[in-house]
Amino acid sequence: MSNLLLIGVHQPGTTVLHRLPVGVKMAGLAAYSLSVVLVRSATWSWVFLALALLAALVGRVRLRTLARAARSVLLVALVVSALQWWLYGLPKAVETFVDLLALALAAVVLTATTAVNAILDAIVRWLGPLRRFGAQPERVALTFSLALQAIPGTLALALETRDAARARGLGRHPRAFLTPFVVRVVARAHETGDALQARGLGD
Amino acid sequence: MPTIQLDGAGVTVPTVSGDRVVLAPTTLTLTERRIGIVGANGSGKSTLARLLNGLVTPTVGRVLVDGLDVARQGAEVRRRVGFSFTDPAAQLVMPTCVEDVELSLRRRERNGDRRRELALAVLDRYGLADHAHDSVHSLSGGQKQLLALAGVLATEPAVLVADEPTTLLDLANTRRVGDLLLGLDQQLVLVTHDLDLARRCDRVLVVADGEIRYDGAPDAAVDDYVASALG
Repeated sequence: MSNLLLIGVHQPGTTVLHRLPVGVKMAGLAAYSLSVVLVRSATWSWVFLALALLAALVGRVRLRTLARAARSVLLVALVVSALQWWLYGLPKAVETFVDLLALALAAVVLTATTAVNAILDAIVRWLGPLRRFGAQPERVALTFSLALQAIPGTLALALETRDAARARGLGRHPRAFLTPFVVRVVARAHETGDALQARGLGD
Repeated sequence: MPTIQLDGAGVTVPTVSGDRVVLAPTTLTLTERRIGIVGANGSGKSTLARLLNGLVTPTVGRVLVDGLDVARQGAEVRRRVGFSFTDPAAQLVMPTCVEDVELSLRRRERNGDRRRELALAVLDRYGLADHAHDSVHSLSGGQKQLLALAGVLATEPAVLVADEPTTLLDLANTRRVGDLLLGLDQQLVLVTHDLDLARRCDRVLVVADGEIRYDGAPDAAVDDYVASALG
């Protein structure tokens, strides 16, 4: 299994971060993310990255998980940063790169220290009052969990598709990868829909 | 045992060249504990299985489970009829094993701590306790199928419909999953290409070209299928 697939996996523990209520952690992540986006300073970018690493240390998140999370966001961060470099110069590019890395690591700390079902329970609880207006909290929560799971699930499909292309000697051909990959992602979405229906989760 | 009734239930799908009959109108009653369904690829056996918990609704006739109409009372039927797919990967929708079983238990148990205890007990029952906190992607094919079954059986359905659950498994895991399924207290409807498993059922349906070609005792049904498939 690729270690990329460990992203989003809860790591049980008893640290302060594990014991914090879900609401506090999610509010904290929201505030942190807003600060990273709104505060425009290279110095502060490094401070935010240090904070994310500190949180990982406190939550005893495995170094391997952090490294893999960083790697998975690296390509996107590099492309975006290159664009920033071209448009605004090197300092801005570095700031953007560090910001994206910090956001990814902070998100990994949340998922590593919080069971998905605890997040679902919290979402259902928070949206409960909206039932009278027709909202279906269980469905919203399920959608949220599927979005989380879609990341490693889609990565697994990408790796399988890449291997299949390589096995046919088409490793470097973009169409040999992209077309079957998209088809498989759509097919998997249909299958997952069937599986959810079969488990009565959409009823 | 629950009673499953197909009352002239059939499925047609529109195609460019007109409607195609996937399953001809079928009438039968299933009350046995272990029912096998065998047939060639594309014969209509999976469609027949999917009719039983509403994944496919009949275009003619109706399907009843203990008197509940699958098309009209789908939610209630799905609480009684669990479904297991060939590829367990599509069925596992949470990051870790214990969380996936917990997802099945959400409707039954609201308390998170109690739900976790129940999920761990379910994993223990199916020999997956050591993998409780592992990523579902890290499991072997056999373990994934066991986890998918555990997720379905955690809700304690009265009927389990399993669509080729051993097709992707090696010999040892086929035996393990087969023994598990055939040993269940629940009514089992097993779609399979494994003729040894089919012979261990109480009744076997042979599906060919969208029709029930044979319906009867396992050995006779399997022999009929082998004779017709191999000429």
